[in-house]
Order: sequence, then C-alpha cells, then structure tokens
Amino acid sequence: MFGRPSGGGLARGIAMGYLSLIVLLPLGAVAARSVDGGLAGFWRAVSGREAVAALELTVIVSLVVALVGAFSGTLIAWVLVRDEFPGKRLISALIDLPFALPTIVAGLTLLALYGPRSPLHVDVSFTRVGIAIALLFVTLPFVVRSVQPVLMALDPEVEEAAASLGARSSQVFRRIVLPSISPAILSGAALAFARAVGEFGSIVLISGNRPFRTEVASVFIYGQIQSDNVSGAAAVSIVLLAVSLLILVGIGYLGRRAAKDADEE
Amino acid sequence: MRTRNRLALRTLALGYLAVLLVVPVGFVFYRTFEHGASAAWHAVTTPSATHAFWLTIELVAIAVPLNTIFGVVMAIALVRGRFRGRSIVGPLVDLPLALSPVVIGLALILVWGTKGWFGQWLTDHGLQIIFSFPGLLLATIFVSLPFVVRETVPVLREIGTEQEEAAETLGAGPFQTFWRVTLPAIRWGVAYGVILTTARALGEFGAVSVVSGHLAGSTETLTLQVEDRYEAFDLTGAYAAAAVLALIAIAVLASMTLLRRRRGDVAWASS
Repeated sequence: MFGRPSGGGLARGIAMGYLSLIVLLPLGAVAARSVDGGLAGFWRAVSGREAVAALELTVIVSLVVALVGAFSGTLIAWVLVRDEFPGKRLISALIDLPFALPTIVAGLTLLALYGPRSPLHVDVSFTRVGIAIALLFVTLPFVVRSVQPVLMALDPEVEEAAASLGARSSQVFRRIVLPSISPAILSGAALAFARAVGEFGSIVLISGNRPFRTEVASVFIYGQIQSDNVSGAAAVSIVLLAVSLLILVGIGYLGRRAAKDADEE
Repeated sequence: MRTRNRLALRTLALGYLAVLLVVPVGFVFYRTFEHGASAAWHAVTTPSATHAFWLTIELVAIAVPLNTIFGVVMAIALVRGRFRGRSIVGPLVDLPLALSPVVIGLALILVWGTKGWFGQWLTDHGLQIIFSFPGLLLATIFVSLPFVVRETVPVLREIGTEQEEAAETLGAGPFQTFWRVTLPAIRWGVAYGVILTTARALGEFGAVSVVSGHLAGSTETLTLQVEDRYEAFDLTGAYAAAAVLALIAIAVLASMTLLRRRRGDVAWASS
C-alpha cells in the first residue's frame, strides 16, 4: 500500500477524493455562486454599505488585535522562558486553553464577567472594545507559542555579556533579543490576524451585531445566509478569504526575509 | 536584568492572563453553581441537554476516526510520496484553518442544500443533508480535517526512511512495514493530532450553526445549546452547558500537556 517508492496509489487516491469531497467541492461552490449575478452582481454585493462597513470593522479590529497580541504575547513568552516563579508550568499549560475551549464558551465566559450583569460593573457588551477582547482571548496562544521556542533556543549568556558590558536592559532587548525573535513575532501575529478575520463564535454574543457599529464580516455573512441571499454571502466570503490569505502569504514572505537578514548578519 | 524590572514584567504578564483568561473562565464555574449544584445538575440532565451531549459525542465518534485515517495516509503521501501537485496539496489541507466557520457552513449549503448543486438530486431521492445529522457531520469533519496531517508530517520527516527500508530489505511487505515500523514511530504525533481534532470537533460552533437549523432535541449540539439557551434568557442552562464544555476543554488541555512531555521524553531518549 505505502511500500512502493511512488508512495502508494490507492490509499492516496482515496485520501485525495476525501479532501476533494469535503473541502474543495464546497469551496468551489462558494467561488462559483459568488458570481451568480455576474461580476456586476459580485461587485454590488461586496460594495454595499453594510458589507463595506462590516469588512472595514473586521480588518481594523483584527489589525489592532494582532498588534496588541504581538506585544502581550512577546511579554508573556519572555516571562515564561526567562523568569522563574512558582506555578510557571501550570501557567504555561494554560496558554493553550483558548485553543481547547469552544469559541461560544469563550464568548459566554467574557460576557459573564464583562457583560451587562458584570459583578465588576464593567460592561463592554455591544461595543467594539468587547469584540477586540473576545479576539484577544481566542488568538492569545498564537504569538506566545511561536515566540516561546525561539526564546528558549537563544543563549542567555549573550544577553548577560551585553549587560555586563554596561548595556541597559532595554538596549539588550532591542539589540540582541528582538532581532532574533522578530520573525516569530511576525508569523504569530499573522496567524492571529487570519484567525481574527474569520472569527464568529466568540463574537456573536458579545458584539450585539448592530449593523455599521459592531457587525463584523462573519456575522454579516451569517445574516445574509439567514435572509437567503446566498450569492451575496458567497461574494463577501470570497473577499474575506482573500484578505486572510493575502496577509498570511505577505507576512510569510516578510518573515522569510527577516530570517534571511538575520542569517546574513 | 534587575529584579525590579523582572517583577514588573512578571506582574504585567500574569495580570494580563488573569484578566483575559483565568478569572473569566473561573467565573463561569461560579455562575454555574451560583444557584446550587442541584440546579446545575438539573440543567445538564434535561432531555434536550442529554440529547445535545450525545449528538456531540456521535459527531466526534465518526469525524475523529475518519480524519485520523485520512490524516495518516495524507501525511505519508505528502512526506514519502512523489506525485504531481504535491506542493499544492499541503496548503489545501491547511485551508480549513484559514476559513471563517461561517464560510464553511455556507459552502456546505451551496453544495448540499435544497438550492445547492446537488439539491435537486437529493430532493428527488428523499435525502436531506442540511438541517439534519449528515450536514452537522460534514461541517464537523471539514473544520477538524487538518490537525492529524499537521502533527504527523514533521514526525515522519524526522524519523527518515532508513528503518522502513531496512524492514523491506528483510522481506516485510508494505502493510507489515507500516504496522510494525512506521506507525509505532509516529504514534505520539498522531495521538497529539487526534486530541486537537477531538477538541475542534467538540467545540465547533459557527459552521455547525449555519447547517443545523437549531432544533432542540434534534440538530442542537452542545455548543449550539449554549447560544440557544442564552438567547432564550435561560442563563443557568447556558452556563451549565458551557461548564460541561469547559471541563472537557480542561481535560483536553491536560492530555495535550502530558503528551507533549511524553513526546519530549521520546525525543530526548532517542538523541
């Protein structure tokens, strides 16, 4: 089955068929149905005021979340690698909780503490801040998990040497640590951005989904499906997919270039 | 670095985690048991709640084995195989990770819904996929498809082909080589992938929400029940269902951590 040097025919064929039936065929349908009304129909669907507002909000909030996540993720990774304190291993394991926790539970969780019945009297429900917090929650692991191993592989002796030669700690970080971890920060932030752009479950309860105010693209698409405008929904889906793929490819390129620059130095 | 700075950074990092992650998740458990354990127990044992629980388990029990077999075969094809188009198959496998769950749900409707590509044919044969179990299953398989492949590929690369070739030289057939040599070598990678697949399958919300129709006692999974109960102002019920899912998530997290350590041990022992 797998033994021939070609890598096995039948099993591979079945796996390809499975991939095509489950993933490719449905995605083909989205692409095809997005131009049901021709290119003009596609353009009408994605340039409608509500669609544009939803796409804009999605991209801007996701960028903010990726940026904040890059800072907080790097900070958390640094503390987990270079600091020692009791309970560190438990905290390190907890970083993956947002991956394991269903998104709707994440949304409900944040709403319980920071929603209308908040015991702290902090209510961010139905606001853009609420959306950003939900996205920061679900994207937390990306930057931490991408920076942590790189930091571990860095030799602390170099940093100590710089410090003993009189470099301030901010200088040590900027000149020595940051250049080595910046590709990892970038790729983690890119993954966080791509995830944030499509996120639905954690946002749906907290955002209130008010058009032009707190309606993100995925919720807009959901609404279009509910009102039976599937080709409009498909058109906006294509734009959303293009945005996240563009960012992933673009930042992948930047990351590779940064890694190459670091090698050449 | 000076102790004062170190302490400040530690406080900042842990404070951020507490505010964003630890306190909110802890608080959901508090809310669940706010009206006593019996109220919480009652909420998770209503007929619709037990139905949602078993429906979710059924979906996982079918989707995870299918994606595991697919994942191992695909990983071997990607690492060992030489076939045309191999370089585009890898990114295609990862595609579900880059897609919004809502778009995945929409994609399924466009193929299998009454107005979809196969809609007419399905209606003629009296088959219903969307708004019933097969639709939920297709959505669950779609979103959890990449994980076993992603976790198995690097392990396969790392172990190389020497042992497999040795086994074949000694006269082992392809099946024997796979069962006796390849599979034992990749088992922790596959296991880690299976855990991620299970977590994703259990917790999927958006794609399932689009294709479900939200019929309590019929097409309502556990995650959908959290939303439906919240929207119906049944807060105790919503928190209880969420707590069940959160407990499962914590169990998943614990097994992820254990497996990572185990895998680390294996790598350490063989180096």
